[in-house]
Amino acid sequence: MRRSAFRRSRGDAPFRFVSIAAGVFLLALMAAIGVFLVVRAVPALQANTSHFLTELTWQPNSAKPVFGIGALAFGTVVSSLLALVIATPVAVGVALFISHYAPRRLASVLGYVVDLLAAVPSVVYGLWGVTFLVPFMLGPSSFLNEYFGWIPLFGGDQVVGRNMLTASLVLAIMILPIIAAISREVFLQAPKMQEEAALALGATRWEMIRMSVLPFGRPGVISAAMLGLGRAMGETIAVALIFPATFNITLRILSPNGNSIAANIANGFGEATPIGTGALIASGLVLFLITLLVNMGARFVIARRKEYARAAA
Amino acid sequence: MTVQTGIHSISAARRAKDRFVQVLVYLSFALAVIPLLSVLWLVVGNGLKRFDLTFLTHSMRNIGATDPGGGAYHAIVGTLEQVLLASLIAVPIGLLTAVYLVEYGNGGRLSRIISFFVDVMTGVPSVVSGLFILAFWILILGMTYSGFAGALALSILMMPVVVRSAEEMLRLVPHELREASYALGVPKWRTIVKVVLPTAFTGIVTGVMLAVARVAGETAPLLLTVFITDSINTDPFDGPQMGLPLYVFDQAQRPTNTAIDRAWTGALTLILIVMLLNLVARLIAWWRSPAKRGS
Repeated sequence: MRRSAFRRSRGDAPFRFVSIAAGVFLLALMAAIGVFLVVRAVPALQANTSHFLTELTWQPNSAKPVFGIGALAFGTVVSSLLALVIATPVAVGVALFISHYAPRRLASVLGYVVDLLAAVPSVVYGLWGVTFLVPFMLGPSSFLNEYFGWIPLFGGDQVVGRNMLTASLVLAIMILPIIAAISREVFLQAPKMQEEAALALGATRWEMIRMSVLPFGRPGVISAAMLGLGRAMGETIAVALIFPATFNITLRILSPNGNSIAANIANGFGEATPIGTGALIASGLVLFLITLLVNMGARFVIARRKEYARAAA
Repeated sequence: MTVQTGIHSISAARRAKDRFVQVLVYLSFALAVIPLLSVLWLVVGNGLKRFDLTFLTHSMRNIGATDPGGGAYHAIVGTLEQVLLASLIAVPIGLLTAVYLVEYGNGGRLSRIISFFVDVMTGVPSVVSGLFILAFWILILGMTYSGFAGALALSILMMPVVVRSAEEMLRLVPHELREASYALGVPKWRTIVKVVLPTAFTGIVTGVMLAVARVAGETAPLLLTVFITDSINTDPFDGPQMGLPLYVFDQAQRPTNTAIDRAWTGALTLILIVMLLNLVARLIAWWRSPAKRGS
């Protein structure tokens, strides 16, 4: 209808084509990332003398390459989940503070301050982590080990600052801004009518938040946490500087243990042989697939939410 | 009777709970700000020690880990070139994709798929984009490690950010402007180029600057594509280069005080560059807002 209302120009079709091509290029790029990682990973996987998914050690550079994703995937998942457990409650608190507690005028400025946490480059967190947080965390780690050592998580005979807990803490700081920012947006969208109705019925501020804001925001917070999880798993340089780079599976987060897929790529790339590089690419492929799944899950939740929010408005 | 007591009828237990949660919420904000203050305090405090002219004008050539002196000139030059090249690649593609999503997509299936994957793409780990360029550009096509390879990896991280911000800005352009242009017989593509894009221009620039600030601090993709060098290399298309984030990473791994000092100063320089870009972006956004109020 509308198209026939004005004259077709000779430039229209090419311009439309170029803009579609740009969009399709992005899709192709995502596919290409997967394809080319597979292409370079296959030779190394064929040279592997062990099972890639279950093997713990990582010696792809030796004459008989032995390497597996087991310990690395375990470290990635555990450190990221730990970071998520630390960051989510604080991030929800920060989001509530900015959306419902802080004075209106200050709210946007304070929100910007929290966003600044995301503007600090990853390598700076790494430098801060090794020089300040690692020595600092020796105290709290020893305390946890001494008094809560009966919990397997905090057990172990050797306690150091450079451990899984410290790395998770740095990851938590790095993913806090994204979780806080999305939760804040969702909390601000909570129906004002319901909030006012709750207050009019005599609810305290917390009761109002518990009854109208949190139930409305829950799916948003969940997807924000999943996006944070994806970030934490892909985070490289900060944890590469902090992890002691071991290849074992243990839940003792205060002992000198810990590594992740991404950190291993950064630390192992320098001295990798061609097979070693292929092995690192194979581990990167696993990381790509895991983060892809987590992110797609989060985006599905958000996309559903958007329609719901629009319908409710 | 209940009406009369109204607000005063809140029991002590409920009030205490309300207070308790309020304290928790304030505390969580304080908890979030403490690391930021700690990082900035240490970066400024330790970084100023070596923040001198030598640092800004010299490279690390022939300077060992224990030697004093040395600088990050080669890294600063590298970072600026890599980020500029990454923008030159990512901005046109991102902008055109945003134009497609807003002007041509009409909520069709293809535009919904692209929109979804742009969101997913923002979550691609930076190290994976570096591995992809390493696998495709360097190992399969046989190119050398170079600043340009790093720029390619950074551009992958920039694209989704540019698409999202540009899309948001294009959607803000009032539909009346487009219709007025169509009514005058201007074809759609010229309407987009001459009316829609100029109207959204400052907003798009802000988004691009924020995207640039985001990738300027990325280390992992550079590590895999640019490699590390101590010498000045101003040609981003040939041979290993350095980047400021890489410089910090490299120095931080050397266990001497002089190297750690250089790492802090590099971190300070990097944060200053990123903050400057953020500030410029905010200034452009601020400069734009009076015009929005006027219309």
